[in-house]
Amino acid sequence: MSFQKLNGFNDVSFIGLKNYKRLFNVHYYKAIWNSLRYTFWTIFVLVPLPLLLAVLLNNKLTIGKTFFRSVFFLPALTSVIVAGMFFRYAFGSQDATFMNAILGKFGIPARKWLMEANTGMLALVVLCTWRWLGVNIVYFLSGLQNISPELYESAEIDGANAVQKLFYITLPSLRPVTTYVITISVYGGLSMFAESFSFWTARSPEDIGLTLVGYIYSAGFTNNDLGLASAIGVTLIILIMAITAAQLFMTGFFKKEQ
Amino acid sequence: MRHGINFKLDAGIMSFRNYLLLLTENNALYFRWYFNSVAIALIQTVVSVVLSAGVGYALAVYNFKGRNLVFFLVLIVMMVPVEILLLPLYKIAIGLNIYNTYAGIILPYAVSAYAVFFFRQYATGLPKEFIDAARIDSCGEFRIFVQIMFPLMKPAVGAMTILQAMGSWNAFVWPMIVTGDRLKMTLPVGLSTMITPYGNNYDMLMPGAVLAVIPIAIIFIMKQSAFIDGMTIGGVKG
Repeated sequence: MSFQKLNGFNDVSFIGLKNYKRLFNVHYYKAIWNSLRYTFWTIFVLVPLPLLLAVLLNNKLTIGKTFFRSVFFLPALTSVIVAGMFFRYAFGSQDATFMNAILGKFGIPARKWLMEANTGMLALVVLCTWRWLGVNIVYFLSGLQNISPELYESAEIDGANAVQKLFYITLPSLRPVTTYVITISVYGGLSMFAESFSFWTARSPEDIGLTLVGYIYSAGFTNNDLGLASAIGVTLIILIMAITAAQLFMTGFFKKEQ
Repeated sequence: MRHGINFKLDAGIMSFRNYLLLLTENNALYFRWYFNSVAIALIQTVVSVVLSAGVGYALAVYNFKGRNLVFFLVLIVMMVPVEILLLPLYKIAIGLNIYNTYAGIILPYAVSAYAVFFFRQYATGLPKEFIDAARIDSCGEFRIFVQIMFPLMKPAVGAMTILQAMGSWNAFVWPMIVTGDRLKMTLPVGLSTMITPYGNNYDMLMPGAVLAVIPIAIIFIMKQSAFIDGMTIGGVKG
C-alpha cells in the first residue's frame, strides 16, 4: 500500500516512491525525534531504577516485600487511557493541580506542563515510569532469584563488600534480563501512541506529542491519507528492527547463542 | 499520595454525586461501554487462550512438515508491534464487513503470537510419555489434548488467561479505530471520547476511570501470583 495513492480502499493507483518522498516533512521529523527521545528517556529511567529497587526488594532484610511488589505492580493493570487521564489532570495548567501545587510550595509560578515540549516529554516519561516500573521490577526480581547463593557466599569469603557484589555478581548475572527489558522498552517506546493520545488527543501544540504511530493514526485515519500512513509504518518497522538488532549485537546476545 | 500535599481538590470531583451522574447520563452510555468491555474481554480471553494453547501444543508435540517455518513465522509476528499493522488490519476489517462489530474488535487478537510462543515453551517441557501411553490405549489425538495434555498445562493456562484478560480490558488503539459508533465502544475508548482539546469533563472522567480499574484490581488481589507468573514464565528464560 505504501507504493500506492489511495482514495479509500477501492480507488487505488500505483505511484511508486512518491509516498516516501512526502515523508520528508516537518511533522515526520518531529515524530521520529519525539519517538526516539521518548524511547531514550524511558530506557534511561526504566532500567536502572527498577534494577535498584529489585535488588533492595530481594534483600533478606527488607520488610513488607509482597506489599511493595504489589504497590509497584498495580499501576501496570490500569489502562493507558485511565492512567493518562489522571496524569493529564495532575499536570494540568491551573494553579491548584498536583504538579503546580508542588511548585507553589517552593514559590515557583505555575507552568503549563502539557504546552511545552520538554515538560510534555517529562509528563510522558513520568506516566510511563509509573505504569511500567513494577513490571520491570518483577522481571529483575525473577532474574535475581536465579542467581545461585553460592556465588555470594564465596564472594563473602573472599571479602567482597556489598558494592563489589553488586557490580561483579549481580549485574553480570542479570544481563539476559536487562537485554530483554531494554528490547521491550525499545519496542514500547517507538510504538508509543496511546499515552500521547490520552494527553493531547490527536493534535498537540506544535506536535510536541506527535509520535510515529500517532502520525500513522492522524495520516491514515484522520486525514484518510492511507498511502502516506503505510509509508510511515514501513519506516517505523525498519527503525525498530534496526535498533533492536543493533542493541542485541552490542549486548552480545548473538555471541552467547554459539 | 495526592492527598498528602496541600492541594486544593475541587469538591465537585470528590463527590459521589458524580458517580450517579456518570451512570445515568447519556442514556447510561457508560453502562453500555462497561458491558461491551466485559463481553469482549470474556470472549476474547477464552477464544485466544484455547486457540493459542492448541497451536502452541501442536508446535511442541507434533513433528509435521513446515513446523519450523510456522514457529519462525510466529516469532516474526511477535517482533512486529501491533501498531504497525493498524492499516492492514483496518483494510481487512472493512473487507470482511466486520467494522464496528464485536468480531472486528476480537478477531485480530483471537490468536496471539506471544501466547502461542508461551504455550509452546510450556508444552515442550511436558513429559511425552503420557501421549505414548494414551495412544497405546487407543485414545484419539484430540482426546489426548483435551483430557490429558490441556489439564497438564493448567498453570500456563491460568497465567495466560489473566494476561489476556488484562490486555483485552485495557486495549485501546485498535478498538478505537475499529469502532465508530459510540454504542459499540469499549470502556477505554468510550472514556477517551470524553477527553476533548477544549476542556475536560473531569467530574465525569474521574469516577469513570476509577470504576474501570476496579475489576482488574480485584482480580489482581485474588490472583497475584498468576499475574507475576504470567509476566515471567514467558519473558525471562535467562
